[in-house]
Amino acid sequence: MKIHEFQAKAILTSYGVPVPKGEVVTTPLEARDASERLGGAVVLKAQIHAGGRGKGGGILSASSPQEAEGLAERLIGSRLVTHQTGPEGRVVKRILVEEQVAVSRELYAGIVLDRRAARPVMMAGAIGGMEIEEVAAKDPESITRVAVDPAVQLQSFHIRRLVLGLALPRPVQSTAAGLFAALYRVFQEKDCSLVEINPLVITTDGRLLALDAKLNVDDNALFRHADLKALRDPDEELPLEIEASKFGLNYIKLDGTVGCMVNGAGLAMATMDLVKFVGGEPANFLDVGGGASAEQIEHAFRILISDRSVCVVLINIFGGILRCERLAEGVIRAVRSLGVTLPIVVRMEGTNVDQGTRMLAESGLNFITAEGMQDAAEKAVRAARRNKADSC
Amino acid sequence: MSILVDKNTRVVVQGITGKEGSFHALACREYGTRVVAGVTPGKGGVSHEGIPVFDTVREAVEKEDANTALIFVPAAFAADAILEAIDAAVPLVVCITEGIPILDMVRVARILHGSETRLVGPNCPGIISPDQAKVGIMPGHIHKPGRVGVISRSGTLTYEAVNQLTRLGLGQSTCIGIGGDPIIGTTFVDCLALFENDGATEAILMIGEIGGTAEEEAAAFVERRVTKPVIAYIAGLAAPPERRMGHAGAIISGGRGTATEKISALRRADIAVVHNPAEIGAAVQEALS
Repeated sequence: MKIHEFQAKAILTSYGVPVPKGEVVTTPLEARDASERLGGAVVLKAQIHAGGRGKGGGILSASSPQEAEGLAERLIGSRLVTHQTGPEGRVVKRILVEEQVAVSRELYAGIVLDRRAARPVMMAGAIGGMEIEEVAAKDPESITRVAVDPAVQLQSFHIRRLVLGLALPRPVQSTAAGLFAALYRVFQEKDCSLVEINPLVITTDGRLLALDAKLNVDDNALFRHADLKALRDPDEELPLEIEASKFGLNYIKLDGTVGCMVNGAGLAMATMDLVKFVGGEPANFLDVGGGASAEQIEHAFRILISDRSVCVVLINIFGGILRCERLAEGVIRAVRSLGVTLPIVVRMEGTNVDQGTRMLAESGLNFITAEGMQDAAEKAVRAARRNKADSC
Repeated sequence: MSILVDKNTRVVVQGITGKEGSFHALACREYGTRVVAGVTPGKGGVSHEGIPVFDTVREAVEKEDANTALIFVPAAFAADAILEAIDAAVPLVVCITEGIPILDMVRVARILHGSETRLVGPNCPGIISPDQAKVGIMPGHIHKPGRVGVISRSGTLTYEAVNQLTRLGLGQSTCIGIGGDPIIGTTFVDCLALFENDGATEAILMIGEIGGTAEEEAAAFVERRVTKPVIAYIAGLAAPPERRMGHAGAIISGGRGTATEKISALRRADIAVVHNPAEIGAAVQEALS
């Protein structure tokens, strides 16, 4: 789960990490007041869950409260497009107004999880302000990496290496040491999958400050962090995706016309790949899970067809725990109660497949049945083309 | 022959009185697996459908000689269940549970390293050696004994591939679901080494997906150490970046972990990569002919 910059900064502050003074506002008037309190010259930072805000025009400087109000007027309610938002962008609802800081150097500090080593890796970068992947490609020497053994935890020698990696002037070295210790504690105690301060800056008056902050939380650990769960911002997610998550369905909207309903994440990905392989475009990723009930299938169907760009529904189920007759029952019920008129291609395999196929055939509804994945994908793509030419 | 599970496998099911644990313990027994014990803390002493239930894994090992643990314990308590099985020196632990917090798995992985236990999973369908033992949740009837070793990060996609193999008359030596999480116990490389040394296995099918670098590591290992034909399919060519595709580990992050990247690494190692998931079985058949 992603959280906003201002939320990440609030958490970091509670762990003693120095950040610029700032306030979150939702109206131009509030922006003006905040700017006055912060000394006039401020930075306005659009709060959306995506990087690249600076280049996208979501971070603006104002030299007076009047200017802050004017810029906030422009920013709030606007659609911000960055390289991470996709062409549709995100509507800006909140702005973080921060004191302007005179920067003398930009650095990087972060923690990620190294999957292969199964350890958190702390990173200190002598170059900040650009994406760490980019720095790693151009100047790998500038990044100091320290993998922390979970049995040993973060030790002083780890911290010394990281601080040395930043090549800092003496007066801020101890602040930096405290900062790395704090980042590690945040990462552990808040079950993070990523903590990143980019840039970490040294100001012209010699202070070390987290100018930006990014903190991602492990979704699987949210059950033990009610406080973090409350930070979820539904405005940052697509309504259909939120709806799906309520029913334990894993749904991701894509741009195509072939709506896919599959059990299991791997098979769902393979189905999307196959749709593309035979010349179509998947409209979504949808994993109904291993033990889906007839009711869940119905919800899945409703969500799938509320996407107006869907021209055909492709159902690909390998019944193991999810038996085919239960699937058939759910599909028939959904098609009847929702009055679905879209063509539906069904491919079922596995436990009780004959019974499931018979139920579909005897339902009096117009299902297109398929033998195998290939046949199903081809029939779906053909039906999508036909249907699109008509009305869809 | 086969790897990891066979006729000598004696399973203790952790979380046997839960809905999933109970259902699958019985399905495994029905398949012919020796399910010798169950563990549910607080329920020791009862018998569950004829299977003795203990309070601890240690007791199940001492009294019923269990050598394999199959875990269905809910995510919040699953790390503890794995650690208990490691502490009881169970040689093989298969964890089905999905949704274990990643930092819990960081600790588990640390203890696992240097222990006597091999962990398969978590977030996996388990292991089956057809007609010998099923230690997992896969539908047994689609499998058939034979000479193809199957390794996969997925569940139903593995069933799909196995079904294609069986229909072509190609049986399997052992099928292992290694799990869809970012941190797992047994990797592609571990399984490749086991299959390379298994007399019954003549070809190895690898089913990978986006996220991480496990397939790249497998490619490097195959290049150096594997003499048997290896066939691979990678799911997620059509997956968008920065989105978690169902599995916690299936995410293209910072431009890394793409299917394209993995496919080129596998190709460089002379592994036959199949692009069409409907033709996985056919690709294995071709490699064997």
